[in-house]
Amino acid sequence: MSLRTLLTATSLVLSMAGAATAQQTLVYCSEGSPEGFDPALYTSGTTFDASSHPIYNRLVEFKTGTTEVIPGLAESWEASEDGKEYTFHLRPGVKFHTTDYFTPSRDFNADDVIFSFMRQADPENPYHTVSGGTWEYFNAMSMPDLIESIEKVDDMTVKFVLTRPEAPFIANLAMDFASIHSAEYADAMAEAGTPEMMNQQPIGTGPFEFVAYQKDAVIRYAANPDYWKEGLPKVDNLVFAITPDNSVRYQKLQAGECHVMPYPNPADIQAMKDSDDINVMEQEGLNVGYLAYNTQMAPFDNPAVRRALNMAIDKAAIIDVVFQGSGQAAKNPIPPTMWSYNDAIEDDPYDPEAARAMLEEAGVTDLSMKIWAMPVQRPYNPNARRMAELLQEDFSKIGVTVEIVSYEWGEYLERSKDLDRDGAVLLGWTGDNGDPDNFLAVLLGCDAVGGSNRAQWCHEPFDDLVQQAKIVSDPAERTRLYEEAQVIFKDQAPWATIAHSVVFMPMRPEVEGYVMHPLGGHIFTEVGLAE
Amino acid sequence: MLRYFLSRLLTFVPTFLGVTLISFAFIRVLPGDPIIAMAGERGVTPERYAELQEQFGFDRPLIVQFWDYFTGVLQGDLGQSFVTRKPVWDEFFTLFPATLELSTCAIILAVVLGLPAGVIAATHRGKLFDRLLMSSALVGYSMPIFWWALLLIIVFSGNLGWTPVSGRIDLLYYFPNVTGFMLIDSLLSGQSGAFGSAVKHLILPSIVLATIPLAVIARQTRSAMLEVLSEDYIRTARAKGLAPARVNGLHALRNAMIPVVTVIGLMVGTLLAGAILTETIFSWPGIGKWMVDSIFRRDYPVVQGGLLLVAVMVMVVNLIVDLLYGLINPKIRKR
Repeated sequence: MSLRTLLTATSLVLSMAGAATAQQTLVYCSEGSPEGFDPALYTSGTTFDASSHPIYNRLVEFKTGTTEVIPGLAESWEASEDGKEYTFHLRPGVKFHTTDYFTPSRDFNADDVIFSFMRQADPENPYHTVSGGTWEYFNAMSMPDLIESIEKVDDMTVKFVLTRPEAPFIANLAMDFASIHSAEYADAMAEAGTPEMMNQQPIGTGPFEFVAYQKDAVIRYAANPDYWKEGLPKVDNLVFAITPDNSVRYQKLQAGECHVMPYPNPADIQAMKDSDDINVMEQEGLNVGYLAYNTQMAPFDNPAVRRALNMAIDKAAIIDVVFQGSGQAAKNPIPPTMWSYNDAIEDDPYDPEAARAMLEEAGVTDLSMKIWAMPVQRPYNPNARRMAELLQEDFSKIGVTVEIVSYEWGEYLERSKDLDRDGAVLLGWTGDNGDPDNFLAVLLGCDAVGGSNRAQWCHEPFDDLVQQAKIVSDPAERTRLYEEAQVIFKDQAPWATIAHSVVFMPMRPEVEGYVMHPLGGHIFTEVGLAE
Repeated sequence: MLRYFLSRLLTFVPTFLGVTLISFAFIRVLPGDPIIAMAGERGVTPERYAELQEQFGFDRPLIVQFWDYFTGVLQGDLGQSFVTRKPVWDEFFTLFPATLELSTCAIILAVVLGLPAGVIAATHRGKLFDRLLMSSALVGYSMPIFWWALLLIIVFSGNLGWTPVSGRIDLLYYFPNVTGFMLIDSLLSGQSGAFGSAVKHLILPSIVLATIPLAVIARQTRSAMLEVLSEDYIRTARAKGLAPARVNGLHALRNAMIPVVTVIGLMVGTLLAGAILTETIFSWPGIGKWMVDSIFRRDYPVVQGGLLLVAVMVMVVNLIVDLLYGLINPKIRKR
């Protein structure tokens, strides 16, 4: 009994202390620790949530809730006729954070833009190797081949010269790795002999200033009083309470120890929806889970065989069993939240009888094949083994025998690239920059055969459209080209498109203005708390 | 005693060598390449792969890599994490106090409850208390930790609201890390209520982490006591009319302590293993979670460095246990 009295007394003291602080603090129960605070060094969403979204801005940004690109630190930009030069006009009067470890002497200008990119591009740049820089995303988005030079036209104008016209380039600049850092801070740290501090005590222009990080426990931010967007951010303090276990996050949310949590356990979602203390938002993730046939191996080189197999797949059962409801059947290779998604396309009907007939017509009998099941859990496929078993069952109904194989993840990724790979591969993709090119060219283009094109599928009419869409900069024209490419994809069926995940965001009812972002980031700039 | 100590210390050297080698080899034996694991679905071009191999030093022969690692270890340099690019040593010592604080509370709890429980069970052999205790010890020993932890959270934090769900202290309190031990730092901070909050946050994780050691210590104490209680000298002590408390406490318990102390020493290793799950569930920023994460990321320096440090700690604890034998039983130190 005395313990209980003690506990009640303690919590009373705690709540009184809470009432004394009138400042609004938003607590986000994040799922893991950031690897650092310089987003260009890393590739994980957890790190981006803690760094690029609160602390930094980019020249252009994604409008929260869409994949549309809007002005950020650049007020406007224009492309040259040949599509190889982009000129950005920078926003005047933007201030870098003033903290107890750095006080900027000047506003944001062209030097900061050039520094932020050149440290990644130029091996001679003194910051190129700081913090073991490998600049994964900068390389993965082919920026070294694409950018010929970056020129300072004047203090507030920067020109990017490209080696070839590339329309998705603008979307790349809205990505996390393109966050703008303070060149002045970098110089100060280099002079002090502690260049790695840029990654540990970050300075940016974003809505929140970094205050403190206790590894694996908590990250604290304070609102940036000089933020260039009027009236934002809405809360005074932002706290990330790092809570790796999803059931525990749920308990914390329920107990009011945090306001927002990501990645709930699918099994808990119904209870959350039923609770008065929790609101649940949902949206399709920017991803696709697929089964890629090896289109260079008989009989999978015949589109009719691939279509027949696709018709044998009971997607509804997969959504139910593998995704436990937190998925949506996919009919296109790009997710529905992406611009140019062709909703007019009809999905293959689930019809095992017709599928069996089609196989016979194609002269395929007694087919036996392998299906590769990934050894890891991914948003686009929470349980590949189970999915493979369901496919095995589906295919057995049309007389196809399936053997399920798996390898260690690194091995899996490597071996599945082989041109003479035996079997169809379960895999998927999460979008990087919200541009359809990032799915259609990267996963299905002729250049990617033997690499990320796991179907080993090179189909000229499709590839021509996708290549053309890279060059045109008019969004309406690009949309048309991508819509047409999706029609060809459906007809040729190099993959069975299986599912897009559905992402759930549970939060307390007092949270106002939270918008789910299709690119997966968790952004709190415009989030407030009701009194 | 000094000779005994030195001879124990000497066995340290080959064990340390072995542990260094095993910790280096362990992560490399696992299939999987850190560079490919890092790149994920996005993949990496062969040129880039070669570049990264060179940068991380994987292109050199294993024996050279080991020699570099070993000489580094001797100079106190455990390398840098591939992921955070910070020295392994720094990361370890930032996180270790949290694990030590939790493990210490857990082992104290286990000993303080487990020893008397075992003694009482032994002296009341076959009675209701004995049966109850031994069956709950069996349940405690075989219970999945994550399930037990979630059950406690749901009941005590969710339904009753007595304890916080997770973390080390209420987010309201913010003070600098001085020692890394939250109980001490919260007192030093002078903020009212901070210490209470830290204690509240320690309750559930300590109970969870103490559960298995508690069960083992109680059972071990009981069986050791039973063995001693059947000895002739105990009968003699009783026959000459000594008070039962004196017989049990002084004559029996002291002699029963040798196997119990051994078990407590071994439990330190178990505690560190249990800490992995407990820390993950209670969002406790300790080394357990840190090492598991690094295994998944194939972060070689962290895995080998962390393993080495943990192994050295277990060795030190066992050395202390050996020395305690000497204190408890003078016959041992004269050997």
